[in-house]
Amino acid sequence: MPTKIEKDSLTGTDTTGHEWDGLRELNTPLPKWWLYTFYACIAFGVVWMVIYPSLPGWKGTSGWVAREAVVADVAAAQARNAPMMARLREATPAQIIADPELRAFAIAGGRGAFANNCASCHGAGGQGAVGGFPSLADDDWIWGGSLEAIQHTIRHGIRANESDDQRQSIMPRFGADGLLTRAQIDDVAEHVLSLTNRATDQAAATRGAAIYAEQCVACHGDRGEGNREVGAPRLADQVWLYGSSKRDIVAMISNPRAGVMPAWQGRLDPAIVNMLTVYVHSLGGGE
Amino acid sequence: MSTIEAPQRAKADRPAVTPAADQPLYASRTKVYPKRVFGKVRSVKWAVLIACLALYYVVPWLRWDRGEGVPDQAVLVDIFNARIFFFWVELWPQEIYFLAGALILGAFALFAVSSLFGRLWCGFTCPQTVWTDLFMFVERWIQGDRNARMKLDQGPRDANYWTRKSLTHGVWVLIAAATGGAWVMYFNDAPTVTREILTGAASTQVYFFFALFAGFTYLLAGWAREQVCTYMCPWPRFQAAMLDENSLVVTYRDWRGEPRGKPRDDATGDCVDCFACVHVCPTGIDIRDGQQLECIGCGLCVDACDSVMGKLGRPKGLVAFETLKNLSASAAATAGMAPGAARQKAGMAARHLPRFIRPRTILYAGALTAVSVVMLGAFLLRSTLDVTVIRDRAPLFVRLSDGGIRNAYTVKIVNKTREEAPLALVLQAPQGFRMVVQDVEADAQGRPLLARRADGIAQYRVLVTVPGGQRVAESTPVTFRLLDAGGRAVASTSSTFAGPRP
Repeated sequence: MPTKIEKDSLTGTDTTGHEWDGLRELNTPLPKWWLYTFYACIAFGVVWMVIYPSLPGWKGTSGWVAREAVVADVAAAQARNAPMMARLREATPAQIIADPELRAFAIAGGRGAFANNCASCHGAGGQGAVGGFPSLADDDWIWGGSLEAIQHTIRHGIRANESDDQRQSIMPRFGADGLLTRAQIDDVAEHVLSLTNRATDQAAATRGAAIYAEQCVACHGDRGEGNREVGAPRLADQVWLYGSSKRDIVAMISNPRAGVMPAWQGRLDPAIVNMLTVYVHSLGGGE
Repeated sequence: MSTIEAPQRAKADRPAVTPAADQPLYASRTKVYPKRVFGKVRSVKWAVLIACLALYYVVPWLRWDRGEGVPDQAVLVDIFNARIFFFWVELWPQEIYFLAGALILGAFALFAVSSLFGRLWCGFTCPQTVWTDLFMFVERWIQGDRNARMKLDQGPRDANYWTRKSLTHGVWVLIAAATGGAWVMYFNDAPTVTREILTGAASTQVYFFFALFAGFTYLLAGWAREQVCTYMCPWPRFQAAMLDENSLVVTYRDWRGEPRGKPRDDATGDCVDCFACVHVCPTGIDIRDGQQLECIGCGLCVDACDSVMGKLGRPKGLVAFETLKNLSASAAATAGMAPGAARQKAGMAARHLPRFIRPRTILYAGALTAVSVVMLGAFLLRSTLDVTVIRDRAPLFVRLSDGGIRNAYTVKIVNKTREEAPLALVLQAPQGFRMVVQDVEADAQGRPLLARRADGIAQYRVLVTVPGGQRVAESTPVTFRLLDAGGRAVASTSSTFAGPRP
């Protein structure tokens, strides 16, 4: 309890009775309005705590849930986009590109859908990765880079066994199944290198050319130009899905690998498939 | 500062406190009943008040041709379209620093004015002062002057009381509503939003801000008044840092007024202790107590005292706008002199013109000038057409089947005008670099023509390729230029072209 309450001689204000080294504290009361504002804030806080989920286990009288608010927001956004999505569902990718409004919407939406569904394999910008994840931003297409081809690939996938129209092709396991000897495989690899002028052993390349003409031409073509019908990659270019060194090429001939892409038809709304088609086409390699 | 003894004020007359006595923990507000006053300062205050309010209420209604799709409003903060319109100026979000600059200018101007003339802002142009003054005018008009109001408050709660009170609050609410409404108009098309508010068709946000500003106008100007200045406003707390002994402040010339007493007593000073200065004070203080936090420097006490001095046939200026330096000079010159005309003469002779040119004011003026010059320069040099280029980061570059390297860029044309004529994009880069823009026409020279959106941003994806076989550095500077129909470069920006590590 304060002991020496007295009046300050200069201001006429009461002191609190507290004293520190001769300094005495004046008791200047708070203004009433301040006090009432403070009480109002406390009352507001209590009401707020009762209405909203404020304590662990207390759900509040209003039944407000943050998750439901998000669901409502998402539903509202979907409703807002519904007319645009309906148009995207009906249109072909070519029609979407011809309509600037649809195109802008498709590319913006396609970017998001790509990040959600495709980027984990094909990279955030569609740059792909060596080891079976083709770049979508270059001009080299295994199954074709036209709007229709891209749309087909997205819809039905590759070697996914989910759709009758899936892209499907298998390269024989020339080494693992004993179709060619190790020496022959080396020669063929040397020939493949020669298609891009990288062969170091001309004699081996020549021997390999004969084997190539027997075993590989049907799919990869005379001069290694590839075949999109069966998804045989072009060999006479600088883009290599599984690496471009001789070692990589030998490995591919001996025991080929083949990527698998799921069929997105059925997983994604047709409108989103169309958006993705237009977006992937715009990445830089679209034909 | 004050050379007089601290006077015995009313609250000092309370009975002595004993420890056991119950002390109030909280103080009630002492209601202030400012008296009507006439004079020069009051006239200036009326003029400033009318000018400020007229500006505030009228400006949203000024029209300006903005073209299609935008309200034809001269001053408009268009939140939804992210534009600020101010007569011929149109600011974009990235130019918001002009607003920051304007606020900095305002702050320096406030410092400069405060150091020269004291609390001119508080006493004359502060919104709290202006609206409180207006509300007090209404109060006086309906309930009468100081004595009538005090009598009304102390008298019976009869029909007269309730009529006058409700009438006062009714008019206050109307003014508050007009104030809140005008605020909303600065952010919406004024005629449209007025119609919407009146017909109940406005959005929830509009009603919220309308109610917020109307409510706080009513609360602050009607009820809180001087308490805003004393308890809520931070400005009085640090304005002392801008003032010094050469600043003009409202002062009581105690060397002339003391000792107070009856007009006919020769031994007394000029102050006749009539309390006219106290009764007119909107913050309810006694200026004769010296400089105080609560004083807003409005100078109404100057008018009140001058009119009393005039009636008594004594010189005006017992309470005046004066520097504290002059106050001490006069006090020193008249020390020991008897009250009367001689003391008055000596005291006034000791004064000097306020020294307006001081390091402090030079500093403030310099800062004000520097910021103004920078702002003006930035404003004159600001472009109405910008091109920005964002280089794709993933992938950094793409290797093509022929061994070539390709980079992708997003080119944005920021067009702040209504001009729509397309611009040709040209690439300035080493030999062999080729540029393609998806889905656009080309001009006669084969250069891609980019449309610009009127008052908007147009975006294009640009691919730059170096063919296979050409050596390309890890990083090559490239420049994109936009040419108008006459072949003149209207905007350009530079970027880099990335290649593999050699």
